[in-house]
Amino acid sequence: MSIDIDTARKVAKLARIRVEEADLPALAGELSGILTFMEQLNEVDVSGIAPMTSVTPMRLKRRPDVVTDGNIQAQILANAPDAREGFFAVPKVVE
Amino acid sequence: MTNPNELTIAAARDALRAGDLNAVDLTMACLTAMDAGDGLGAFVHKTPDIALRQARAADERLTRSEEAPGLCGIPLGIKDLFCTRGVASQAGSNILKGFKPEYESTVTDKLFGAGAVMLGKLNMDEFAMGSSNETSCYGNAVNPWKVDGRKLTPGGSSGGSAAAVAADLCLAATGTDTGGSIRQPAALCGISGIKPTYGTVSRYGMIAFASSLDQAGPMARSAEDLALLLNVMTGFDERDSTSLQRDKEDYTRDLNKPLAGLRIGLPKEFFAEGLAQDVANRVNEAIAEYKKLGATIVDISLPNSKLAVPVYYVLAPAEASSNLSRFDGVRYGYRAPEYTDLADMYEKSRAQGFGAEVKRRIMIGTYVLSHGYYDAYYLQAQKIRRLIAQDFADAFRQCDVIMGPTSPSTAFNLGEKGDDPVQMYLSDIYTIAVNLAGLPGMSIPCGFGGNGRPVGLQIIGNYFAEVQMLNVAHQYQLATDHHARTPQNIGL
Repeated sequence: MSIDIDTARKVAKLARIRVEEADLPALAGELSGILTFMEQLNEVDVSGIAPMTSVTPMRLKRRPDVVTDGNIQAQILANAPDAREGFFAVPKVVE
Repeated sequence: MTNPNELTIAAARDALRAGDLNAVDLTMACLTAMDAGDGLGAFVHKTPDIALRQARAADERLTRSEEAPGLCGIPLGIKDLFCTRGVASQAGSNILKGFKPEYESTVTDKLFGAGAVMLGKLNMDEFAMGSSNETSCYGNAVNPWKVDGRKLTPGGSSGGSAAAVAADLCLAATGTDTGGSIRQPAALCGISGIKPTYGTVSRYGMIAFASSLDQAGPMARSAEDLALLLNVMTGFDERDSTSLQRDKEDYTRDLNKPLAGLRIGLPKEFFAEGLAQDVANRVNEAIAEYKKLGATIVDISLPNSKLAVPVYYVLAPAEASSNLSRFDGVRYGYRAPEYTDLADMYEKSRAQGFGAEVKRRIMIGTYVLSHGYYDAYYLQAQKIRRLIAQDFADAFRQCDVIMGPTSPSTAFNLGEKGDDPVQMYLSDIYTIAVNLAGLPGMSIPCGFGGNGRPVGLQIIGNYFAEVQMLNVAHQYQLATDHHARTPQNIGL
C-alpha cells in the first residue's frame, strides 16, 4: 500500500500532529515503507479465526461502578500548562 | 571485599541483616558510582535526597531485622515510564517535560513499601518506542560493554535500566516490556530480566504505550534477584482493569529444584536465517549445558512467528495512537508557546512535544484504524495474533519451556540502524511474539559473541510459569558464571 501526499496530510490531521507541507512527501514515503512491510499480513488465510481481543486465558475481575475518590481538584490541576479558577484553561473556542 | 554497589540483592540483603553493611553506606556507594557513570547516560533524574531518606528509614527498620521487609535497604533504579510522586516522570519524552505526578505507580509503591530505595529515574526510548534507546528526549544511554572506541547501544526501550544494572550503578532496576523492552536490553548488556505473564504486574501508573502488550518486570544480576523482586512487584490491583486475581506466589520456592526431566522446546524458526553465528553458537552451548543438567530437547515449530513483527507494528501503533491522544497540551505536559486556536494548539503542542519515531507510530496507528482500512489492517492483525498465540499453545503440549536467542545479534553501534525503521523493528523478532501471546519471557546471559559483547538466552514459559522459568534460569546460573561477569572499562 502506497501512501500519497494527500493521505499523509489527512492522517496527520486526524492524529492532530502538525506536519509542514514541505515535510509531507518524506512522511508519505516513510509510512509507505512501513505499510509495505505489513503487506505480508494480507497473504495469510484467517477464515474462521476470531480476532484475539483478550490476552490471558482468565476472566477479569469486575468492580462496582461507583465513585471511589474525589475532592482532589488541586492535584488534578497541578500539572496543567494553564489552569484558572479551578479549571483547565484553553484558547477561546466560542466567539 | 566487593564494593557494595556490585552486590546482588540476595547478598546485600544478607549483609544488611547480618549488620556487615548498612543501607546508607550501600546507597552512598551507588550514588558515587552513578556520578562516576554519568557518561553512560543511564540515570536521567537522580534523587539522592529521597534515596538517603529511604536508606535511613531502612536502617531503622533493619535494627529489628526479623521484621524488615523483603527489599529493605536495597537501592534500585526506576524506569522513567513509572509515575513516581513528586519526581519527574517523562517516559523519555519532551511532551512530559516538567510533569511531576501527584500519585505513585503501583509497582514503585509496592517496592518502596518493601523497603527499597529509589536512586533515580532511568533513561529509555521515548514512550518505550525503540530498540536502541536512541529515541529518548534525553539522548541515548550507552552500553557499558565497551570493546573498542565505538559506543554501543544498550538496547531498548529499557536501555538505561540495563546499562545501570550492568555498570553496577544500582543493584537492580524496573523495566517494561511491550515487544521485548526488558529482554533485548538485558541481553545486550549481559544482565537478567523477566517479563511476566500479562496481567501479573499492575500497569497502574505506568505511562501507557500499547495497553494489551505492556507489562512491567524486574532487571537484575541474577535469576534469584528477579524472583525476590517479583515477590514484591506482582499482585492483583483494583486500579488496573486487566490485573489478574491469583493467589500470592513465592517466586523463589522452586529455585533449587533439579532440572532432570525438563523438556526444552527449540523452535526451528528462531535458529533460521537472520541469526548471527556467534549468537547461535552461544545459545547452542547453553542448550548443551542444559542437557548436562538433565533436560531433554524437543524440536518444535512456531510457524506464524515470522508474522509477529508486522502484526505488532499494526496493533502497537493502533493502541498507541489512542493512548497518546491524551497528550494535547491541556491537562499536563508541554503546550506550544504560540498558536491561533484550539486545534492549532493541539497540533503544534504534539508536533513539538513528540519525537520523530513516536509521531511516526501515532500516524501509522491512526491510519490502520481509519475508516476503510480497519478491516484490512487492524482486524487482520488481531486474527493473526490469535494464530501466533495458538502456535505457543500447541508447542507447550510438547515441552515445558521454549528456548532460543533473545536478540538476532549482539549490541550494535549507536547510530547504525537510524535510517530504516523496519530494520530497527526486526531487532525484536524473537521477543515480540511472546507479548502478542501474553506469555512470560526472560533473558539471561549465556556468554559473549566473537566481538566480546554479551549474548542473551531467551526462556519462554507457559502462562503463569514464572516459578519454573526462574528455576530453569537459576540452575543454569549455579552451573555457569556468565551472569557474574561485569564490564571492565565502563565505556565512558
